[in-house]
Amino acid sequence: MNADIAAAFADGPAFIPYLAAGDPNYEASLEYVEALERGGADIIELGLPFSEPIAEGSTIQSAIVRSLAGGMTVGRYFEFVEEADVDVPLVCMTYYNLIYQYGDEEGPAPFVRRAKEAGIDGFVVPDLPAEEADPLREACTDHGLDLVFIVAPTTDDDRLERLVSLSSGYLYVQARLGVTGARDDVSDQTTASLDRLAGYDVPKAVGFGIKTGEHAERVVAGGADGIIVGSALVDIVAEGHESDAPVGETANRLEALCRELKEGAVAGSRATTPERT
Amino acid sequence: MPESNSKRRSERKFGDYGGQYVPEALMPAIEELTDAYERYVLDNEDGFMDEFRERIRDFGGRPTPLQRADNLSERYGSDVYLKREDLLHGGAHKLNNALGQVLLAKYMGKERIIAETGAGQHGTATAMAAAHLDMPCEIYMGRRDVNRQRPNVFRMRINGAAVNPVDIGRGTLKEAISETMRDWATTVETTHYVIGSVVGPAPFPAMVRDFHRVIAEETRRQAEEQYGRLPDAVVACAGGGSNTMGIFSDFVGDEGVSLYAVEAGGSSLSVDEERGVAPNSASLSTGSEGVLHGARTKLLQDGDGQIMESHSVSSGLDYAGVGPELAYLVDEGRVNAVNVDDDAALEAFHRLSQDEGIIPALETAHALAFLEETDEDLGEFVVVNVSGRGDKDLEAAIEETEKRDLPNAPDMGVFE
Repeated sequence: MNADIAAAFADGPAFIPYLAAGDPNYEASLEYVEALERGGADIIELGLPFSEPIAEGSTIQSAIVRSLAGGMTVGRYFEFVEEADVDVPLVCMTYYNLIYQYGDEEGPAPFVRRAKEAGIDGFVVPDLPAEEADPLREACTDHGLDLVFIVAPTTDDDRLERLVSLSSGYLYVQARLGVTGARDDVSDQTTASLDRLAGYDVPKAVGFGIKTGEHAERVVAGGADGIIVGSALVDIVAEGHESDAPVGETANRLEALCRELKEGAVAGSRATTPERT
Repeated sequence: MPESNSKRRSERKFGDYGGQYVPEALMPAIEELTDAYERYVLDNEDGFMDEFRERIRDFGGRPTPLQRADNLSERYGSDVYLKREDLLHGGAHKLNNALGQVLLAKYMGKERIIAETGAGQHGTATAMAAAHLDMPCEIYMGRRDVNRQRPNVFRMRINGAAVNPVDIGRGTLKEAISETMRDWATTVETTHYVIGSVVGPAPFPAMVRDFHRVIAEETRRQAEEQYGRLPDAVVACAGGGSNTMGIFSDFVGDEGVSLYAVEAGGSSLSVDEERGVAPNSASLSTGSEGVLHGARTKLLQDGDGQIMESHSVSSGLDYAGVGPELAYLVDEGRVNAVNVDDDAALEAFHRLSQDEGIIPALETAHALAFLEETDEDLGEFVVVNVSGRGDKDLEAAIEETEKRDLPNAPDMGVFE
């Protein structure tokens, strides 16, 4: 397990914001990512845009369209990671074809090597289930990077066991069925998923639909070790882009929402019963 | 004959192609579908395949004829036979798979059907099958295709299906598939996604092929009865590859039968890397290996792996990927991947209409154009799969013909 990612879960709940790198353009996006850290990010999931993001809802899909239209490529992404002035661990969230195409007869190893060199600490690949993940997992193990698997509400107990054993860094607990996107309430499926995972000694970060500090508090109080927030933050980027707002103003709004989410998560951990922690 | 478990499992992949590259939320549904496919389709549990064969006969109108095309035969100096899938109910081979999958969904206890469509043939077939079997149905279709294929949009709606236009991207099949996968990820517990071609995660490529295998079974039997032997060559158009794999499936083992998959060469085989556009849909001929919509296969993509916008005069072929088994058979040298351009396809569209009184789908016109374009000797007994009829394409055919100087176009003045 990557030491930096492990450390992020050591002192209380981890707040893990997501942005698509290069949304809406390279320079603004760099400032936005830095604002996430100022707002209290413990880990940042940084999207490498793929043209067919089948697991994303319309918010993140639009972010990906903006980023690609702004000239984001795999090569530029690695430059972006190198240039981003943040100290927290970075997790690359992308789709398998981009990893696969970067590779050669060694499989995905060249991508993992280049990612590590740029400063990436782990991966989330939503279209790579356990069945197809061996080559990437081996490359990650060889280079000391984490490969995070997603657990869905539909995942049965046998699969759950397997995903827990394969996942490193943390488990990405999908809060509800469907695709990414902010919601106005926390799903009952979240509580059920966390209850099922309570016996497993692995950091559990909940994503899909968390939007406010109050959501964050409830999810952490329900047993999560971390929260992942994407669409609610991407919404701020989109609004700033559409209204031509100054980059600094959008960055301040991102920082403020991050602070609210982080504080919510911390408040949730205080509410957690001792046997849960 | 039921096959052994180990054999079945191996069909998860075709060489390095295929697999299951989908979000975890869908994996349990894919396992459930695999189990249902093996029990009902491969083992005929509860008489599933008997019911399928009865319905595809009585509701669908099978068997379709294998017809000698006298004028084409004279033109090409060989016996050209047409497998008339255009005469299947709905006007395309697509009903075989749609009926099979909707029936399977019913056996599985699913409550809702979703599907995507490019040209509208698969959407139409699915809407018909869903109405026939009394299942609620929603179809996703790219906005551009909705505009290009209005008659099929109405046919779907008349059959009671909701049609959801997809605005993202260029609004074609690729975007519609992504959108249908999103719906499925949300509703997977109650909904079956009827994938429209031999693409997608396992078990779809093998299962869709098996529902279309009836084309090959009939062709084989009819060839023996009518001609006394198997054909020298079988020619079919390939977008995703469902009519191709349907008619090829029972001939793969017969080395004496040459198999030709005809792709859409579009306006050019070159690629505009800068704009991420391939002005063709020839992923077997010009694509490279990658992962899209649940499977490893041949794709039109840029150096990074971003999927390119494809093009064909036929919206049914306008897709940046192809079925994994077909990609494998091409790599193995068993299937010849060839292509013809938009102009040649339109010429063939008019030729079949004028010479044989059959208006083919623009997809099918590609297969027919190959007979005209190729220098290869296809042998004396050639079968072409007429995958569908061209009624749905009339508006597109008129518009595209007007743009060109085709040697055999009718007087276009009457359309003005």
